[in-house]
Amino acid sequence: MLDIAPDGQSPQRSRQFVHIEGLKRYFDVSAPWLVRMLERRPRQIVQAVDGIDIEIAKGETFSLVGESGCGKSTVARLVVGLYPPTAGSIHFDGHDMSGRRSGADNAALRRRMQMIFQDPFASLNPRWRVFDIVAEPIRAFGLAKDKADLEEQVGERLRQVRLAPADGVKYPHEFSGGQRQRISIARALASQSEFLVCDEPTSALDVSVQAQILNLMMDLQRRLQLTYLFISHNLAVVYHISTRVGVMYLGRLVEQAPTDTLFKRPKHPYTRMLLDTIPDLDMSGRQRSPVAGEVPSPINPPSGCTFHPRCPFANERCKAERPKPVAIEGGSVACHAIEEKRIPIEERSYTR
Amino acid sequence: MPPLDKLGNNPPLLEVKNLRVEFPTRRGTLLAVDDVSFDIAPGEVLGVVGESGAGKSLTGNAIIGLLEPPGRIAAGEIRLEGRRIDNLPYEEMRKVRGARIGAIFQDPLTSLNPLYSVGRQLIETIQTHMPVSASQARQRALELLKEVGIPGAEHRIDHYPHQFSGGMRQRVVIALALCAGPRLIVADEPTTALDVSIQAQIIALLKRLCREHGTAVMLVTHDMGVIAETADRVAVMYAGRIAEIGPVREVIKNAQHPYTRGLMGSIPSLGHRGERLTQIDGSMPRLTEIPKGCAFNPRCPQRGERCLVERPDLMPAGSGRAACWLHDARGVGAPVKDLAHA
Repeated sequence: MLDIAPDGQSPQRSRQFVHIEGLKRYFDVSAPWLVRMLERRPRQIVQAVDGIDIEIAKGETFSLVGESGCGKSTVARLVVGLYPPTAGSIHFDGHDMSGRRSGADNAALRRRMQMIFQDPFASLNPRWRVFDIVAEPIRAFGLAKDKADLEEQVGERLRQVRLAPADGVKYPHEFSGGQRQRISIARALASQSEFLVCDEPTSALDVSVQAQILNLMMDLQRRLQLTYLFISHNLAVVYHISTRVGVMYLGRLVEQAPTDTLFKRPKHPYTRMLLDTIPDLDMSGRQRSPVAGEVPSPINPPSGCTFHPRCPFANERCKAERPKPVAIEGGSVACHAIEEKRIPIEERSYTR
Repeated sequence: MPPLDKLGNNPPLLEVKNLRVEFPTRRGTLLAVDDVSFDIAPGEVLGVVGESGAGKSLTGNAIIGLLEPPGRIAAGEIRLEGRRIDNLPYEEMRKVRGARIGAIFQDPLTSLNPLYSVGRQLIETIQTHMPVSASQARQRALELLKEVGIPGAEHRIDHYPHQFSGGMRQRVVIALALCAGPRLIVADEPTTALDVSIQAQIIALLKRLCREHGTAVMLVTHDMGVIAETADRVAVMYAGRIAEIGPVREVIKNAQHPYTRGLMGSIPSLGHRGERLTQIDGSMPRLTEIPKGCAFNPRCPQRGERCLVERPDLMPAGSGRAACWLHDARGVGAPVKDLAHA
């Protein structure tokens, strides 16, 4: 059991299972020192994640959407501790993840969160048998009493993801992409984790296989009370699986809201633009309006609101002043135009 | 002499008849594309959709004559404007490709030469296929870049591919495909490597260009959304064969083949939230182990005894055609339920 005291925070904060505050991560991509000196080049810093706040309640699915380079995968890696944050804090079940604690306590905390990666061809060691892949977290955290218990646990995990315990003797290459992603999920569940960070778990899969994996993830969530941080660029998938959705643009969270609200009453102009790009499979004749322009480089992001060069509603204030998130309709949005009520919030009919 | 009935009405621009693509391997010959036939009319957009390994890209590559060895066309014929092109010698085919057929591939970074400026690549392609002077070619290259919506084309023409973003690169690739005014463009996953907002721009561009030039497009993709917005007709491929072909609206709204129905149901849409998605259990068979009878039978909820032994060909179904015994007068035979899943 975990026997460390929650590191004294407000009671409101501890009610949230995962609480991320002011999270920043900058990467230094400058040329080497000598080159910089000789050519008088400045340092170059990528602001991959530039101050985001997220709260995730237990048992819910929070999704981050955005285009490539918006920093959503960096958030995933920060949350599980693969990168240390430049600034900001991550609280998990009341514990500050950056707090100092003993190795054993840290392991007890880390055991409860696991990650599922995008490419099941790269995330499984091709020289290990599936049994050993799934057994690794159980061994690492010392969760099995003896060999029989270990076999029992691995078999159970494989059954949970609809594979057979007998599949344990095979190697990853003997499985299809969807089956490999099931193995990744089994491994993530093996340490009895409660919080799974899923970085584009279905993007490398075919649609019929994607449906299998999404159904499986939703079943497991109901059965095991799992909490998901789900990273994706596919809005239809996100709509299907999430409780709340956050939209990222150039390292910042521009809008977050409960899923239904976000899709029915999108507020931020970028969210509206993203929703407009969802292909219309119902053939209702809705016109997609392609938005001009592309995502700028995060090395020299535009001033003020980073979306202003592409935004049809931008004015002088948007160019100069960075908008702060403002609470609205159960979510929050960082946009001057919304704050000043310059643009109306419309009902959208993406959903039926 | 051409058959009389073809003289009166519009002849198809591209005819593919009983195409077979084989890969000889040490363990025997793999049949990657099996008896595929379809037509594309002038100005039409035919979508070819399927999951990875269904043979959709190979069909496209066979048409532009770029099958990678040891893959080869084992049977069937491909005709462009009535002329057979599948058995042309390499040099002849090279003239057809580019001049009559343009190609757009998935990754715009690998389809451009990083060592030449985009202008030089465009000019080279134009001069290969058209008898024009260098300055005329440069003029045409400029017009093309403007047409595909590259801002500041006069200035950008001398830039190198790495100086363009992904979406802009794909625009350059489209300009390259259009160089010699082809009648047909084979576009293999043209939007897959791009972000959603750029995807919409590229699709709108392709649609506009086809309308303006009357170019036909064979659009190969796994993304049903792209097909729904772009194509006139769609062919759904499964395990190297066409499972269903018909008008895009009909196939999406009223699919006739159980595979198409499952595929459509498995796409998360903005309609039904929180429910389970329809899922097709199992996965597409590997080429080495394609089952007897209908290739889809191990995963099909409606299979009958006939599906296990007899392979269905495309037959009329709804307003298109589907390769499924459900649409045959004799039906699928006695239902089979207790088959182990692949």
